[in-house]
Amino acid sequence: MAAIDLDKPMVDLSAEAIAALPAQLGVYEVADAAGVVVHIGYAGGCEPFGLRTALMRELDSGAVQFRHEITHGYMTRWHELLMAHVARTGSLPAFNTADAHRIGTLSP
Amino acid sequence: MDHRMSEEQELIVETVRRFVADEIVPLEADLDPDAGALHPADHARLVDKTKEMGFYGLDIPKEFGGPGIDVTTRALMAIEMSQHRGGLYNPCYGTFGGAGLAQLYEATDEQKQKYLYPTLKGEKTGCFALTEPSGGSDPARAIQTRGIQDGDEWVLNGSKLYISGADKADFALVFARTSDDPGRNGVTAFIVDTDSPGFHVRRVVHTLRSTHYATELQFEELRVPASNILGELNRGFAIANDRLSRQRIPYAAGCIGVAVVAQKMAIEWAKSRESFGGLLAEKQAVQWMIVDNEIDIRHATFLVLDAAQRADRGERFRTEAAMAKLIASEGAGRVVDRAMQIHGGVGMTKDLPLERWYRELRIRRVGEGPSEVQRLIMAREILGGSFK
Ligand SMILES: Cc1cc2nc3c(=O)[nH]c(=O)nc-3n(C[C@H](O)[C@H](O)[C@H](O)COP(=O)(O)OP(=O)(O)OC[C@H]3O[C@@H](n4cnc5c(N)ncnc54)[C@H](O)[C@@H]3O)c2cc1C
Repeated sequence: MAAIDLDKPMVDLSAEAIAALPAQLGVYEVADAAGVVVHIGYAGGCEPFGLRTALMRELDSGAVQFRHEITHGYMTRWHELLMAHVARTGSLPAFNTADAHRIGTLSP
Repeated sequence: MDHRMSEEQELIVETVRRFVADEIVPLEADLDPDAGALHPADHARLVDKTKEMGFYGLDIPKEFGGPGIDVTTRALMAIEMSQHRGGLYNPCYGTFGGAGLAQLYEATDEQKQKYLYPTLKGEKTGCFALTEPSGGSDPARAIQTRGIQDGDEWVLNGSKLYISGADKADFALVFARTSDDPGRNGVTAFIVDTDSPGFHVRRVVHTLRSTHYATELQFEELRVPASNILGELNRGFAIANDRLSRQRIPYAAGCIGVAVVAQKMAIEWAKSRESFGGLLAEKQAVQWMIVDNEIDIRHATFLVLDAAQRADRGERFRTEAAMAKLIASEGAGRVVDRAMQIHGGVGMTKDLPLERWYRELRIRRVGEGPSEVQRLIMAREILGGSFK
């Protein structure tokens, strides 16, 4: 599933790490200390500073690590990541359960 | 040709126009610029509203419980329904309902019970799986997905590319080669339940479109009951040609709607933005862009209404529908491009819907048959005979 999953290594979720990100559109995953992805999100066109703004909100979520991908196709990529997560783990990340109605089924 | 609207058409167009302005555009202000859906509660509320208005399911033919609207009125409505940010691929975010795949109207009674009627009620969705990695312009020759009969079942193996909505669909209309004929007389249409073992949605195919992403499918020993063949064996391409040509008309009309709003925005901007000591609207270069936009919009509108009126009169309209699709998709692309140019920097941003329309309109020149294939359709009819 290499091309579909966001499989680059997680990095620590900190204000400094986020501030170093480019202010671009994109998608991201945040995880707990055990590496379990708890939220898949996107930085869309409404975010003043793209990924930086979106990830800053995650600082209060209890997540401690993150990884991201810069993409203008954030909306379709976000859907793809959600579906790939379900295909791999059987369920959506804890903070994405409200997005269940948005996604279909992928069998990568 | 008289393209003036009847009183009834004027009333319908005005009602849809108000619906877009009062209900859709304000909701979009709170959505992501690339959003493809309304919040579910808003969607449900607006569906109730279009039902109250008597406009829900307007594409459903009268004999299947729809309002029995003519093609011309449908085209006029489509021009209005796409006049918002998500409007090209999500006109009014589906709050007017849909009619399902055109081919299903040719299904057997049993197939209609299982697939068509639930689709019309909004309980099921289907996707259309024709294009393969080997090519979509000439699918009759390109299709390599193979169907082999095994008793009362057919076993499908192969793949499909760019199939919109397959991940969410309950069933797919899959075209497969079922005989040694290398052309259109060897292809059969199957209705396939997407939860069947062997039906795989392998990946999302990311394109310029923000929503309704395309997918890649793979079929591995996929078993389909023979009763799920749609139409006749080896005659998959003969199904619903007339209905499909009809659909090309609102498809073209949707492009015009987007061009109309882009032109309004360009005019407003040109009349208020100053440069070199005067308004942009005073510069001849800008005036010409606005005039060229108007020509493209009127040209496309004329051809769409011409095709629609021919269809309504029961005349042949295949060439006219292809012409309308070609001119509307290409013309609207130019209009949005010029509107962006007039807006300058802000035209490139997600603060305005222009960049989304620019991306999505580009697909319209390839989707539903590339411009070159539309020309081919016209050439066949115009030249006829041995040039077919
Ligand atoms: C976003 C998106 C969604 C789609 N959704 C669906 C879907 O739901 N279901 C489905 O079945 N398909 C779908 N398609 C596929 C679409 O219909 C095909 O892309 C299209 O028919 C062209 O096929 P192709 O991409 O294989 O191009 P090809 O057939 O390889 O053609 C490539 C190019 O060659 C040129 N060309 C082809 N034939 C001729 C000719 N005779 N003369 C001159 N030039 C020619 C054209 O410029 C054409 O664009 C979708 C495509 C996109 C981009």
